[in-house]
Amino acid sequence: MTAIQISNVEKRYKSLQALGGVSLSIEEGEFFGLLGPNGAGKTTLISIIAGLIRPDAGKVTIHGHDVTGDFRAARKKLGVVPQELVFDPFFTVRETLRLQSGYFGLPNNDAWIDEVMHNLDLTNKADVNMRALSGGMKRRVLVAQALVHKPPVIVLDEPTAGVDVELRQTLWKFISRLNREGHTVVLTTHYLEEAQAMCKRVAMLKSGKVVALDTMASLIRRISGSQLTVNLAAGDLPADMRHLVTHPEVSEHGKKYSLRVNEYAEVETLLARLRESGAVIDEMQLQQADLEDIFLQIMDKGTV
Amino acid sequence: MNFISTGFRTLVYKETLRFWKVATQTVAAPILTAMLYLLIFGHVLEGRVTVYSDVSYTAFLIPGLVMMSVLQNAFANSSSSLIQSKITGNLVFVLLTPLSHWEIFSAYVIAAMVRGIVVGFGVFVVTAWFAHLSFTAPLWIVVFALLGAAILGTMGLIAGIWAEKFDQLAAFQNFLIMPLTFLSGVFYSIHSLPPFWLTVSHLNPFFYMIDGFRYGFFGQSDVNPLVSVSIVSAFLVALALLAIRLLRSGYRLRH
Repeated sequence: MTAIQISNVEKRYKSLQALGGVSLSIEEGEFFGLLGPNGAGKTTLISIIAGLIRPDAGKVTIHGHDVTGDFRAARKKLGVVPQELVFDPFFTVRETLRLQSGYFGLPNNDAWIDEVMHNLDLTNKADVNMRALSGGMKRRVLVAQALVHKPPVIVLDEPTAGVDVELRQTLWKFISRLNREGHTVVLTTHYLEEAQAMCKRVAMLKSGKVVALDTMASLIRRISGSQLTVNLAAGDLPADMRHLVTHPEVSEHGKKYSLRVNEYAEVETLLARLRESGAVIDEMQLQQADLEDIFLQIMDKGTV
Repeated sequence: MNFISTGFRTLVYKETLRFWKVATQTVAAPILTAMLYLLIFGHVLEGRVTVYSDVSYTAFLIPGLVMMSVLQNAFANSSSSLIQSKITGNLVFVLLTPLSHWEIFSAYVIAAMVRGIVVGFGVFVVTAWFAHLSFTAPLWIVVFALLGAAILGTMGLIAGIWAEKFDQLAAFQNFLIMPLTFLSGVFYSIHSLPPFWLTVSHLNPFFYMIDGFRYGFFGQSDVNPLVSVSIVSAFLVALALLAIRLLRSGYRLRH
């Protein structure tokens, strides 16, 4: 079943086209990453999914419920962790969570509230006023608020921005557990290593448009950026391979070249060509591109 | 249906708890202010101003002060809650929920009415000792108090939706609510005004709220209470329709 269906969503702020016809389909149980530089339209898209911003055109459904026309059912299925560190200074952590639970029609939800607080290390802060919490603790409460009605779809907008390692680990452990239990998770983050570790599929946005949409494995495999580094004990790189060089340098034992590799199958061809030319390989290393390489490459090119 | 009532009741509870947690500022302070008005105006004008032949000026003043407190505090509750939530960003916790615009409207207005009535009752309790008050038509007292609180709660909601900064809200309060309140006959009968201002006062819906409320105490008023209740009710319906329309459209809330 489709958890979130986004169809041709457009949003314009005066002269700025924030989203220019975005279409995405996120399946139930996925851990999905929404990546892009600042101003790419990630938060606008999330806000439209959450009903906080109305699109100029297009449609978004959550578990089949239109976020505008059938907003009650759609919002019951959705938990959103906003990017901004917002809180209500009048209430304690427990009061905040009970109120949020009540808004969703769950007045007697203390067992789950206690479990969420336990999993986010908030139990000993339950009766502390929100004003008295550190930034990291406030961020945990934001996450707890989004989960308080056990939504099948969880959207996290930069949940680890400016927080310490401990919270990141606590958060990802809990979110991973929820994902294993069947919750759909949509994540935006600037920490690409986090996205690479957590997300099975990603969409990259640039200037309000989807410029890449694929599984993480396929993106890394498909997109050029892997490097074959060879250290030559004798001979030199043939002229017809020079255009592949990304980093030439002189090593202790000879000449060292880093060569761009588009597909793994190319490695054998390159090695054969080197042997034919009389070069002797002393040392060799194949480095796989990571998400950061891919991200930068896509953002440079604008599309895959 | 059960779900709707739970979410709605939670928002009413939250908005009520919010002002109750700072009751010194939101309840005790306006009661003290009204008490000071009574002491000063009552002391200065008692014996010099006669509005109704068998009613002392202090007795005349008390219902006006009670109603003024109801109106100002009902307005303050919904407007300040909304503008604070908008500016600090925590309004998102309400906007993300399945609450409908009807539920949001009703919850904010009911909580505003609760604060208005609580403060008004407090003002009545502390000022009633200073004059002999009668209760000729108590039902009218209740009706006008509730209608007045609902109207100002709705105006507060509209102001909170419209304002994007605290100074915009302050302008709404200082240039609209305060003049309408003070020129509504809290401290005087509008029949003591020159003809021009008498006509202008009849265009002020706050005048009908206070006049009708006062009728419940003394059985005397400048305007027939049935006329007043009709005008006040129509004003409430018009404002409520506007507020609900703003909430439904997401004006300055959902961009």
